[in-house]
Amino acid sequence: MTKRLMKGNEAVVRAAIMAGCRGFYGYPITPASEITESAAELMPAAGGVFLQAESEVAAINMLYGASSAGIRCMTSSSGPGISLMQEGISYMAGAELPCVIADITRGGPGLGNLGSEQSDYHQVVKGGGNGSYKTIVLAPHSAQEMADLTALAFELADKYRNPVFLLADGFIGQMMEPVEFPQIAVAPKVPDWAVAGTKESRGNLITSLHMDINELEQHLIKLQAKYAQAEREDVMSESYFADDAEIVLVGYGIMGRILKAVTVEAREMGLPVGLLRPITLFPFPKLEIARLTKKAKAFIVVEMSNGQMVEDVRLAVNGARPVEFVNRMGGNVPTHEQVMEVVNRLARELNVTRIQTTEEARLAHV
Amino acid sequence: MSSVSFPEYEVAFGRPDSYYEKYERKNELSHATHYCPGCGHGTAHKMLAEAIDGLAIKDRTVLISPVGCSVFAYYYFDVGNVQAAHGRAPAVATAMKRSHPGSIVISYQGDGDLAAIGMAEIIHAANRGESITVIFINNGIYSMTGGQVAPTTLIGMKSMTTPHGRSVENEGYPLHICELLATLEAPVYIERVGLGDNKQIAQATKAVRKAIDNQVKGLGFSIVEILSPCPTIWKMNAVDSQHWVRDVMEKTFPLGVFCDKTKEAQPHAPHPAAPALTELPKILGIEDEPELEHATKPRKIDIDLHVRVAGFGGQGVLLLGEILAQAGLDAGLHVSWLPSYGPEMRSGTSNCHVRVSSESIDSPLVTLPDVLVAMNEPSLRKFDDSVRPGGWVLYNGDEFPADCYRPDVKVLALPFTKVAHEIGDARAANMVMLGALLEIAEDLPQDAIDQALRQLVKTPKWVELDTRALLRGRELFREKCAVEV
Repeated sequence: MTKRLMKGNEAVVRAAIMAGCRGFYGYPITPASEITESAAELMPAAGGVFLQAESEVAAINMLYGASSAGIRCMTSSSGPGISLMQEGISYMAGAELPCVIADITRGGPGLGNLGSEQSDYHQVVKGGGNGSYKTIVLAPHSAQEMADLTALAFELADKYRNPVFLLADGFIGQMMEPVEFPQIAVAPKVPDWAVAGTKESRGNLITSLHMDINELEQHLIKLQAKYAQAEREDVMSESYFADDAEIVLVGYGIMGRILKAVTVEAREMGLPVGLLRPITLFPFPKLEIARLTKKAKAFIVVEMSNGQMVEDVRLAVNGARPVEFVNRMGGNVPTHEQVMEVVNRLARELNVTRIQTTEEARLAHV
Repeated sequence: MSSVSFPEYEVAFGRPDSYYEKYERKNELSHATHYCPGCGHGTAHKMLAEAIDGLAIKDRTVLISPVGCSVFAYYYFDVGNVQAAHGRAPAVATAMKRSHPGSIVISYQGDGDLAAIGMAEIIHAANRGESITVIFINNGIYSMTGGQVAPTTLIGMKSMTTPHGRSVENEGYPLHICELLATLEAPVYIERVGLGDNKQIAQATKAVRKAIDNQVKGLGFSIVEILSPCPTIWKMNAVDSQHWVRDVMEKTFPLGVFCDKTKEAQPHAPHPAAPALTELPKILGIEDEPELEHATKPRKIDIDLHVRVAGFGGQGVLLLGEILAQAGLDAGLHVSWLPSYGPEMRSGTSNCHVRVSSESIDSPLVTLPDVLVAMNEPSLRKFDDSVRPGGWVLYNGDEFPADCYRPDVKVLALPFTKVAHEIGDARAANMVMLGALLEIAEDLPQDAIDQALRQLVKTPKWVELDTRALLRGRELFREKCAVEV
């Protein structure tokens, strides 16, 4: 396959169209605007609908309409816009409508700044709207994953009839890397439950309203069963030297990349360090983390926020091991050196096993 | 039981076909609506159902019912039904209609919904000329929530949130939606009707049918505002409330046609056919190309280059980095290019991180560059300290600032902008510097650079100039580095 150098944001719309998406309703915001701009150019060319809405509130409700109509559809935004969309996301989860939302996170709260942060974790993973619902959240760490996880997002959205997020920091959206695409496009298909202005679909109803308390409870039990199914079937994470690690680094998105370099350096020094990079933030890889507690002496969670994912790691570790937190905020990035310092300190304090350095391992094999 | 015989009779005004026979979605009293006796919704519903019947569009119709008393419209209408969030029906309807242009999409909204919380959505849907029909029930009050003030509440009218009557000072004037929308160019039909007496109802029936017929003909945006009685909240009996519509409400909200372009409006052009699925990779610019030569004969390049490029916006900082990354990719290497993403983007300077490596790239952030390309002094001062010991600084300036000197870093300082000016255009300074950089990253093949240049530089004139600039940069590095290294 031919690899092309492109921004993660530019890869998203191409992957979406190949995945059968034919509706994009958006509102501009830095650093997500390239997604909207690509959609403006490509969606009509592919026979789909592109519309810049009057607000994020309108954009998400347009997704509500397009999804009700049975069209694979998406939008993109960043923190402040995602906050405005939360009403519609709650309605879509309640009405069981699939859609894909790309959040290219910037600095917050409020207007914050244009720097990269990971501070939308809470509002995206925990759900910022009302009610007992969840969204599925995928966290790419490269331009290639921006494409691949966009395609997966549409499959999961339809599988669970639920909104799916692509949660990426500004770096992942803005960075150019080689990307390759599948060449076989998914054919758009209107599902049976949709309201499509046809005789066959006339009896269908899309609603999040259940006036009877028992009926609503039954509906909510059904929704929770879907989330439980996602936790059984669709958890994804990348493990990098984590199995024998006594210090496990945990980070997603761009942090996963930086922590990989830290892992390599630590291993070069003979420190048993590994990385767990959650790819799905909901469902969260909690079983994988719980499994790693058997060997690990400590976890280090690194985020570009005030500590949001670290809460889920602590729940998964459940007090079995210490969980250290390293962060920067405001658009700053925790550095390799900053993390390495904590690794070295923990290695001393916890008296971790010295393992073969990378060089010793190489010589041993010669 | 004795048999009773009924006389033969014909039902003149029976249940419209577009109504369900029994309201099964409504749990209790599935033969009766949830509306209060004397409520205008029942009348409006019936004229809507009869219009759907009359135009034979039941299968194509999608009814959008947002929050308000009519949120349960899906109990009654045997059409496709979508219940929507408060005020958002026009946005939902917009995408529904655009998704299925053959469907007939009706947004049925109350005054709180349309004229308060949903103001943005209705104005923009109307302004875009969405080919939808809006039925706007104006009873001057929030009925479902128990009677709070609406934007359309009459002056002096008491409500739960205007206990002493609506005042101009506190709540402003009643909002005239038809008059407001009539200022827009796109709508084809705007009319206000009432349910105040039989004559008004007859006119309302015609208006509703026309508003839907416009959509069937594909003409564009139509809205009918219906002044409608709410006896329960108004605390009147059914007859009095109906007359109040005619005798009182109508004085604030005059009936009539505010816009009618149905005669001159042209049906919307049909959508062009969607391209074949097999065409999509080409349309999206992602189609596989025949394998390039390098891929079949992989070159043995051992490289792990970390570069930081920085300068003023307009100096081609990002392009320099992009060409380097693209050339690396063309040479079959792993690459990443990350633009600076801080406030400096807004204050006139820019920088990027580039990595080119024979191994897969972990962090795309270049914190310890092997080469710093500093196209101006502020950039040098900002990043000089970060250069890896043994690394290089390429500096665009007559003289390297003495206080930036580091014994463990090699420097090539030249007035690259002046050099570029001499060979044709000062703006090619970035390419002269890239030429020098390529002498350091000597493993990157020239043909990959040439190919990247042709891909990313659009005009032949600039490709030619940039090629000469690159060459000059290489020459200058060779001339100077004999002394510098």
